[in-house]
Amino acid sequence: MIRAALLLVLLLAALPTRAEEVVLGLSRDDVSITATFEGSDILIFGAVKREAPPPDTAGLEVVVTVEGPREPLTVRRKDRVFGIWMNVEAMSVDLAPSFYAVATSAPLRDALTWTEDLRQRISVTHAIRTVGETEGISDPEGFREALVRIRSVAGSYQLLEGGVELSEDTLFSTSISLPANLTEGPYAVRVFLTRNGQTVDIHEGVITVRKVGLERLIYETAQNQPLLYGLLSLLIAITAGWAASAAFRALQ
Amino acid sequence: MQIYLPIAEVSVNALLLLGIGGLVGILSGLFGVGGGFLITPLLFFVGIPPAVAVATSANQIVAASVSAVIAHFRRRNVDLRMGSVLLAGGLIGSSLGVWLFARLRELGQIDLFVNLCYVLFLGTVGGLMFAESLRALRRSRDPSRRPAPRRRHGLAHRLPLKLRFRVSGLYISVIPPLLIGAAVGVLAAVMGVGGGFLMVPAMIYLLHMPTKVVVGTSLFQIVFLTAYTTLLHATANKTVDMMLAVILILGGVVGAQVGTRLSGRMRAEQLRILLALLVLAVCATLALGLVLPPAEPFALDTPGVG
Repeated sequence: MIRAALLLVLLLAALPTRAEEVVLGLSRDDVSITATFEGSDILIFGAVKREAPPPDTAGLEVVVTVEGPREPLTVRRKDRVFGIWMNVEAMSVDLAPSFYAVATSAPLRDALTWTEDLRQRISVTHAIRTVGETEGISDPEGFREALVRIRSVAGSYQLLEGGVELSEDTLFSTSISLPANLTEGPYAVRVFLTRNGQTVDIHEGVITVRKVGLERLIYETAQNQPLLYGLLSLLIAITAGWAASAAFRALQ
Repeated sequence: MQIYLPIAEVSVNALLLLGIGGLVGILSGLFGVGGGFLITPLLFFVGIPPAVAVATSANQIVAASVSAVIAHFRRRNVDLRMGSVLLAGGLIGSSLGVWLFARLRELGQIDLFVNLCYVLFLGTVGGLMFAESLRALRRSRDPSRRPAPRRRHGLAHRLPLKLRFRVSGLYISVIPPLLIGAAVGVLAAVMGVGGGFLMVPAMIYLLHMPTKVVVGTSLFQIVFLTAYTTLLHATANKTVDMMLAVILILGGVVGAQVGTRLSGRMRAEQLRILLALLVLAVCATLALGLVLPPAEPFALDTPGVG
């Protein structure tokens, strides 16, 4: 009997028991880009599910990330040559997210240790991949910083420290505003539950961003039937030009 | 009122775009220029990716020049034969220009090259036009100083493959107009303009065509050249934004009517001085951008658009 109880205790200790789990809700799981799209706010909310009372050793924190489709790009640096500012150096980036937001319930370093940040690739700098592209670049770090700086100014990269509201260590919610210049595709939502800066649980979800209606029609025609699309554009232009001339004559 | 542009993938104020189309329309009605040299930089300024701006303004210029060329056809101011020869050169030049555009983009020097082209050509054409119209103004006050018109027999008369251009009253070799067409075609494709502001002076000063038929003939070949460029951009780069084009065309159509009415109330010399000043102002703005230290020395280049 005692041996059986001991075995049970050992088993329980060995099992990756998750004492605290994230239950996630999204205000919407798709965003439609219409002609009058001006950006969109998505509400991410959830609760911490527990089997047992919380271990009150350290404060519980929540980190939420939203990541848009990744794409390759080139970062260029200008310098003065013969009195004229021109591009002198370029670094290709294999993949960088087109949108990236991190919201936390506490200052980032309180919610997450540096190693945990790196392991889970949470900060935007860890989401940008530049493998083997930094050869011959005098200051690759400067290029990466510039990428983050330019996209932060444009609102595409956001760091919202304290952006997650956490009440009574159980309920959390945050609002992420997606800018108007969104790229189509799946947007990955990750919610990290951390204690002592270490991840306790992760929950993932997806929001689909898609052009609809006229926007979809124009975009798909341009991509799939470029010749037809080009001829159609010309037809519109020629008709408009002819109609304008005819209307002007009628007015005179 | 914000509107989302499906190809440019940005949300822009529709009234602002209508205003840009309208402003360029007024200028084209007032001065008889396509306005590509203004619309492309203005689109850059409101945040349209450069590749989309260049391709879509070509589409917009088609509409503007169709409207204008119809009026010139009615007045029989189009030299069809000369227009066709220039166009043949233009199509070759434009294909070369699109290739050059792609090569320079790979090298990352397209912005510099386009800006240098703008500064150089707008500066030269604007400066010449300004000096010329000042002289014309002075002449109109003092009729005794009017110079006698000369008929020059230049290289164009000595080269082979001569052809009679009845409407222009010329009997010259087709080689110079072919070369001029090609040179303007290259620049037009790279700069995203119709090239009228280069073609018109070239026709007057290099081919010695009568001023009466110059604008109509230039517009005639611009219609076909920009239509060809639009198709090239639509099929090769997929960067023509129909939504953006329609808004610009709507604004341009209304603006052109306003401009045409305004032009009836002003004297030709004054109009030319105003246009020259405008061209020089655009040139100066672009030149300052090349010389002044940029606020952000880094820039992003995404392959999708822009």
